[in-house]
Amino acid sequence: MSTLKIGVYICHCGGNISHYVDVEEVRAAVAGEPGVVVAKTAMFTCSDATQQEIIADIREHNLEGLVVASCSPKLHLFTFRETARRAGLNPYQYTQVNLREQCSWAHRNNRRAATEKAVRLVRAGIARTNLTVPLEPFKIETVPAVLVVGAGVAGLRAAVGMADLGMNVYLLEKEAQPGGWVNRPGKMYPAGRVGKEIIAQLLAEVQERERITLFTGAEIVEKSGSVGNFQVKVRVGGRRRQEISLNVGAVIVATGFDVYRPAACEYGYGFTGVVTLPEYWDLLAAANGNLIYRRKEIKDVVYIYCVGSRQDPEKENAHSYCSRYCCSAAVYAALQTAEINPQIRQYHLYRDMRTYGKSELLFTRAREQGVRFLKFAGDNPPRVEEQAGGRLQVTVCDLLTYGEEVEIRADLVVLVTGMVPRENEQLVKVLKLPLGKDGFFNEIHPKLRPVETVVDGVFICGAAQGPKDYPESVASALAAVTQSAALLKKGYVELEPLVATVDPERCRWCGECAAVCPYAAIEKGQYLYRQVAWVNEAVCKGCGGCAPVCPGQAIDLRGYTDAQIKAMIDGLLKGGL
Amino acid sequence: MPAVGKENEGYVPEILVFSTNNVSDPGIDLAGGAHLPYSPAVKVISVPCSSGIRPQWVLYAIEKGFDGVFVAADGTDCAYRQDCVARTGKIVGEAQELLANHGHAPQRLKMAAICSVCAEQFTGYMKKFAEELQKLGPSRKGSL
Repeated sequence: MSTLKIGVYICHCGGNISHYVDVEEVRAAVAGEPGVVVAKTAMFTCSDATQQEIIADIREHNLEGLVVASCSPKLHLFTFRETARRAGLNPYQYTQVNLREQCSWAHRNNRRAATEKAVRLVRAGIARTNLTVPLEPFKIETVPAVLVVGAGVAGLRAAVGMADLGMNVYLLEKEAQPGGWVNRPGKMYPAGRVGKEIIAQLLAEVQERERITLFTGAEIVEKSGSVGNFQVKVRVGGRRRQEISLNVGAVIVATGFDVYRPAACEYGYGFTGVVTLPEYWDLLAAANGNLIYRRKEIKDVVYIYCVGSRQDPEKENAHSYCSRYCCSAAVYAALQTAEINPQIRQYHLYRDMRTYGKSELLFTRAREQGVRFLKFAGDNPPRVEEQAGGRLQVTVCDLLTYGEEVEIRADLVVLVTGMVPRENEQLVKVLKLPLGKDGFFNEIHPKLRPVETVVDGVFICGAAQGPKDYPESVASALAAVTQSAALLKKGYVELEPLVATVDPERCRWCGECAAVCPYAAIEKGQYLYRQVAWVNEAVCKGCGGCAPVCPGQAIDLRGYTDAQIKAMIDGLLKGGL
Repeated sequence: MPAVGKENEGYVPEILVFSTNNVSDPGIDLAGGAHLPYSPAVKVISVPCSSGIRPQWVLYAIEKGFDGVFVAADGTDCAYRQDCVARTGKIVGEAQELLANHGHAPQRLKMAAICSVCAEQFTGYMKKFAEELQKLGPSRKGSL
């Protein structure tokens, strides 16, 4: 077997791998594999220093193949392809071996077996690399237009941002009116601006821009094409429902969140006087001198925090995450209440106060104004009871006074409800959007690629991705603008050259491959006066579905050739089991 | 590295998983990310789409020493083709026939759709498949 000169780098991932896999043993076991001329371990292979070292090794040893055994290729396949390119090595002669997600993290209780598995995975990677050939990506032109789904604060801001970068924007809103959750009459933290006014201002900016087309009562029904050039079918509501086709280069999903709706009787929800935080905002916005609920003046308000957040993970469909905006929002509501009538007595029953960042100052102000804060334990929540005469009584064990049981009579109980994912079944289905465990849309990486999804060209932002307040939603919307504009402004995208190839010597043109290709990428061609299959490489998406149907085994998928897969199987089994 | 004797009482079936880059691979990654344990005897080879798996690869894996092959299919989440479920199903049928023709139990090949967040489903399938393979006993190496 002919081999390439290969460099192999095994990553500790700062312990994420090396705590569970003996990386030094892996290195020693693969150093003698066919073709391997450099075999090293590194604390973080993705660090600049190690990448520089890899580049130096590639140049010094004239390496022809590169293997990095670290995290999932979802994270760093492109990082190391780029490292290879910078060193003058063809990026497609790089193989990433998944030692973290698919080995160390999954087998934390068996270091011996995890180490043996790691050796086998790396051997398979080396075997694959030995059979790589230099490839160049295809370039396709991008459409300078974007589809923004959801016209809340994030979607509106994204639309304005994209238009200002010269892109045509189609802005879809499912509801009859744009604006989303921010479009409410009350003031919002941190700056005390009225939600409705923020939305009105953004809508005015949208109207000023000819590049933006807003569709309300609109939903996506179909998507085809690929990054840089999507065809999207949209159903527009109204009296005459109609379908329109749009051609865009990227999609930004900003569909927002839903508020948690307490179950019947959860903290007395259903009793007169027990309201959710958004319901309380409307009361505050309507207040004029006094705070009135059902024609009664409010004198005592109890807030209960973490309703629908940080739920017991054992519970079915639990919202075990922190909704993170609610502490600040409740404290801000307390300040507004005090502003309306400083005589109102306020009791905040919280689990942990998470008024992070500048909101901490709001918390201090609230305490200075006499708002009382009591802390309860997650496993001993407050009880809400209805008393004769319609008053409410809340009983809580206050950890700040050594577990003293406190009874509070209240006119109003505000359930500080969290954010939950929206029901978006149709959108998820059409866009193939990945959902996280919590039901929100999943980014590729929370730190490194926070607005990108595994679907190339489809970006997410705002609270559709997880709980965010409105400044954070706007910030992430602008991140999505930057990422999608960077993609589209370049004018082209590079597509993977990992497409189907036909060996004309073996092909006897039967048409089976062309019949199964969903993209019509295979046509009849000529080879030495005979008819053979011919692959249109710019149209082929590289699914490989044509390869198994060829009776002559004349088709291979680049990067996943018959020889490579078999070599990987051999690598996984080498040395006996 | 010591070879694990298959005829031992503690026979652990070696399973090859064909997974897909965009759908089942993220699901399997998530199993690791969530620290959901499964047998280290499970090894994954990723391809773009489960409709591109050759029946011959399944036979090759069994003949070379894997005890079972699991196709973690795209299911209806496939971004490449709408008929992915039918096409992958056809390939699995052909591969099982191929196994049977070479004297291997067709049950050594299993298929299930694994979505991009199907972490628990994946580890569940691995456990169940290993139990089924345990009953079948080790595969017989072939002549390929």
